[in-house]
Amino acid sequence: MQQKPIVQVEHLRKVYGSTVAVDDISFEVYQGEIFGMVGPNGAGKTTTIECIEGLRRPDGGHIRVLGLDPHYDGYALRLRIGIQLQESVLQDRIKVWEALGLFASFYPHSVDWKPLLEQLGLADKRNTPFAKLSGGQKQRLFIALALVHDPEVVFLDELTTGLDPQARRAMWDLVRQIRERGKTVFLTTHFMEEAERLCDRVAIVDRGRIVALDTPENLIRMLGAENRVVFTGDGPFELQRLSKLAGVTRVETIGERVIVYGRGDGLVGEVVNALTTSGMRFRDLRTEQPNLEDVFLALTGREMRD
Amino acid sequence: MRGFWKLTLIEIKLFLREPMAAFFTLAFPLMMLFLFGSIYGNKPTPFFGGYGSVDVSVPAYTAMIIATSGLLSVTITMASYREQGILRRLKATPLRPQSILGAQVIVIFLMTTLGMVLLVIAGKLVYGLRFNGSPLNVAVAFLLSSMSFFALGFVLAGLLPTARTAQIVAMVLFYPMIFLSGAAIPREVLPESIREVAQALPLSHVVTLLRGLWMGDPWEKHLWEVGILAILLIAGLLVSSKTFRWE
Repeated sequence: MQQKPIVQVEHLRKVYGSTVAVDDISFEVYQGEIFGMVGPNGAGKTTTIECIEGLRRPDGGHIRVLGLDPHYDGYALRLRIGIQLQESVLQDRIKVWEALGLFASFYPHSVDWKPLLEQLGLADKRNTPFAKLSGGQKQRLFIALALVHDPEVVFLDELTTGLDPQARRAMWDLVRQIRERGKTVFLTTHFMEEAERLCDRVAIVDRGRIVALDTPENLIRMLGAENRVVFTGDGPFELQRLSKLAGVTRVETIGERVIVYGRGDGLVGEVVNALTTSGMRFRDLRTEQPNLEDVFLALTGREMRD
Repeated sequence: MRGFWKLTLIEIKLFLREPMAAFFTLAFPLMMLFLFGSIYGNKPTPFFGGYGSVDVSVPAYTAMIIATSGLLSVTITMASYREQGILRRLKATPLRPQSILGAQVIVIFLMTTLGMVLLVIAGKLVYGLRFNGSPLNVAVAFLLSSMSFFALGFVLAGLLPTARTAQIVAMVLFYPMIFLSGAAIPREVLPESIREVAQALPLSHVVTLLRGLWMGDPWEKHLWEVGILAILLIAGLLVSSKTFRWE
């Protein structure tokens, strides 16, 4: 499949004083995908996205967005991209409808923003001043402002930081809807789960470098990590029996908790079958698949914490 | 250009919604006018060179409004818009930097003008305000004084690290200046020594210039004040173009 690159970054480098924020990053973002940069705070995600948006000047490397150089063609580029900045604000007393009308006036072509407010669930907030909006409402307003001129690419920087889990999930649906309108989405997040659920492709960044870049499924598969079956055992136990099962690599116990490590899709079936046929009593059984968090840990040797 | 005018319009609305700014620029000078007008009236007196208290107060209060706008409104708005990231958000649009800053200057200048117009109307209707100058000369002096003080506001906003310090420093400069320069109280009531020291304050020159032109002085009598305000304006623009920060 021939894919059209919308964003091309080659050997991007950005230094603040003696700190190297971005150290030789290269990647491409293709048309119509949700591309995510994930990594801990300070990994260089925001610096990278802001260099791509033309808000910061790179110290080295080469960037093209829609064929334009963001630094030299910044104004032409900003007509065609939508930007949501990390931790952004508007004037306290500006009302939602005023903000949309204002941002629409910055562009020669803009969409009718009233349906946009409906879709983003802000229709009943149109007369509310910015300062009176909740965190989730503010973020939805910023999405609306990023979409008001019908851009080809949308950049979302830490969109869900500070939101509760419910608002975060609602935000994921909104991002998927943006993609369904045929737009390309570039986002950064420090939530591994967000990247895994939302992104078509993910670049894992750490200390200014990309340590891995692929679809979330491929990243997890490449890790070759084991699935885990975890349960609490009641009464006496024959661990021998479990560790001899096909696909099981080892068995661990922590108090009453039993963790069976293994590979293959049939692992749970094997374990449950063995437990019931031998009459071992168990409860709270669940399975744990490796996730991007494990990928990050394996690649960097550190836990992903914010 | 459409974005620039829209931003200007929105910023006018926001200014009027901000109670403190609207109060000090529009309402407070009127309150001063009515307070001292009701005490002293506007009878001509040799003490004010043959003019009444209101006649000399209206140009002086105009200088006070200019100081409010330049030192307080410009400094606090620019420092807090920068600190909150509003300037950054606006800069991430196709809007040109000069449009973003120009809209702020126009809005604050319009509000300064409105404050002066309200004073003149109230002075005329209630106290029979006298005016012997050329409206054009006064308008030009008003524009020059405003721009000089706005430039000073941009310098303060650029030099001071946070919105909080900008606010405090602006207040510390503002209050002594309006009282010592003869803007808030006629300089005729101040001791000679203070009047001399107050010559170091830029606002004193605004008061002298506006009061003089108001009473019909020709420009030649005020080249000193015009020169100082022009230097302040140019120096302010030069310094703020170096120190201004978007984030």
